[in-house]
Amino acid sequence: MVLQSGTKRILKLTPDGLEQILDVLHKIGFETIGPTLGNDAIVYETIGSIDDLPQGWTDKQEPAAYRIIKRNDQAYFGFNAAPQSWKRFLYPPDRTLFRIRRKGKGLEFMEQEENTAELALIGVRPCELEAITIQERVFTSSEQRDDSYLAVRKKLFIIAVNCTSSGGNCFCASMNTGPHAKENFDLALTEVVNANEHFFIVEIGSETGLSVIHDVESAEPTEDEVETAAGLVRQAESQIRKLDLDTTPKLLSANLEHPEWDEVSKRCLACGNCTMVCPTCFCSTVEDTTDLSGKLAERRRRWDSCFTLDFAKVAGGNFRTSPRSRYRQWLTHKLSSWVDQFGKSGCVGCGRCITWCPVGIDITAEVQKITGT
Amino acid sequence: MVLFSRCPMCNIFWKGRNYKLAGMTKAKRPKVAVFKFASCDGCQLSILDAEDELLDIAGAIDIAFFPEATRRMLRGPYDIGIVEGSITTPHDVERIRDVRKSCATLITIGACATAGGIQALRNWKDIKNFVHIVYTSPEYISTLDRSMPVGSFVHVDYELRGCSINKYQLIETISGLLNNRRPNVPTHSVCITCKMNNNVCVMVAHGTPCLGPVTQTGCGAICPSYNRGCYGCYGPMESPNPSSLSERFNQLGETRHDIVLAFRSFNAYAEAFRRESDNYEK
Repeated sequence: MVLQSGTKRILKLTPDGLEQILDVLHKIGFETIGPTLGNDAIVYETIGSIDDLPQGWTDKQEPAAYRIIKRNDQAYFGFNAAPQSWKRFLYPPDRTLFRIRRKGKGLEFMEQEENTAELALIGVRPCELEAITIQERVFTSSEQRDDSYLAVRKKLFIIAVNCTSSGGNCFCASMNTGPHAKENFDLALTEVVNANEHFFIVEIGSETGLSVIHDVESAEPTEDEVETAAGLVRQAESQIRKLDLDTTPKLLSANLEHPEWDEVSKRCLACGNCTMVCPTCFCSTVEDTTDLSGKLAERRRRWDSCFTLDFAKVAGGNFRTSPRSRYRQWLTHKLSSWVDQFGKSGCVGCGRCITWCPVGIDITAEVQKITGT
Repeated sequence: MVLFSRCPMCNIFWKGRNYKLAGMTKAKRPKVAVFKFASCDGCQLSILDAEDELLDIAGAIDIAFFPEATRRMLRGPYDIGIVEGSITTPHDVERIRDVRKSCATLITIGACATAGGIQALRNWKDIKNFVHIVYTSPEYISTLDRSMPVGSFVHVDYELRGCSINKYQLIETISGLLNNRRPNVPTHSVCITCKMNNNVCVMVAHGTPCLGPVTQTGCGAICPSYNRGCYGCYGPMESPNPSSLSERFNQLGETRHDIVLAFRSFNAYAEAFRRESDNYEK
């Protein structure tokens, strides 16, 4: 069907229509990345078609436990947060910043080429969308702009998928980041699958989104169909875990000597998993290396974590030697001082830090203990 | 890796010498010696295993003493001493002291040299019983009652963990020393490497007990990359919390005996692992 720009913003799409969208994206040069089965998990990787999606699969998430299980329908997006977020595609775990070569009596500096990848992310959850926005604020602020991030982000095409069910560790509703994606996407899908039909309600979020879907077979949804989809998303709002977005920042910073910090540090492994899987954690370290001859040097940037000892090592010593101080730094930065720094909470409620903590420390439970809420 | 301040012993030894490693010029390649104590030789072999880099290594350093690889045996002193193996006999104790005196910078490599190795399992038993079982004339055997890391007897400048070591960490350390910079040898958990490699956590997703959260990185997270739990070859990470991990192992169905065995392997005598296995043996 032919769409006029700015007129119809909601469409109905069949799974075949989604396949056509992927085809269009491939034709205009995008690499499509989406959820797929791998290693007994649903992971984000390059996908070629909708056949690569984990159709008919879901996940069950608890503190320190993740299992994939079969659904009793053929939903393409019937699962929750993947083991790792999308951040590795925008902010790679290990990146060479520049190389230096000895040349005669001087030095030759070789800057790394700009990342030219054109990525289309298929199936970004509303909480993850918010996380991308948060990291974007960090990496593109004028004081410390990361051009390599900006280069990928500028060309990013995002197909968001609204959640129609919540996982065991989700708390996006209380963080006001989901389960419905409001903005910052090109297209947003809500999947409806029942005994009779299987379709997507598509919201168009950008001109690029509009142009991509322009020649794809789609239909105008009935009011009932739109309402069915919206009802499914509302259903996902009921979540066991929650955080109080308004009171947490102040209450945390007012309880820096609460005995629970000692208790949680007895369980905390200081392994760094929570920060690695967190879609907003952005810390990195910079390493200089040389080859044996000393003729070639390289500066690399790699993911770091506030849980490593090196993180707080400065001239004169280390100012966070105890795991207690490191856990407290992470939690209070994420939920309290982040607000002072960036104007918003650093947590989006995806629940990854709860699922992937090897000993299942639950951020929402810890906050409740420490803030007495 | 632990970076120590220079020991008084070295300063005494180097007094009066007209060069030091840090300021070394290209013309003077550092003299390197490789010593073996109680070990399987696997770590030394990883030097020879660095096939692609071997010519560069040979070009950058003067291999003065390396019986595993060459019959050329130059006398000390050496600029860099690389020590493999644990200290298990009175003779070893004398020899490691001599080695220390003859080397400006001492690097210990592998679980044996840094933690006593797999042979430190004997530290929980009475060595006399073994000697009587194994040897027909036990009176000729002179041994210590325990297998100990090199650092228990002499000052160590750098240690590279692992059973066996990662050859790239050794090259990085030598390269750092040659170029007067701090070698990049991280001491954090294996988990961070797993996440950087995009591995799915075997403990959370499969219920496989994994020592990764308490183990130092360095191997490239090999076992979890092949869906196996980490065996702890690189020993305790910088701030290990084994008791919390053991509790989780217990929830996953591991018995007390399983937990003792998990911590009692290549790095059994490393303090954090030793205490944890002892706690579960009680």
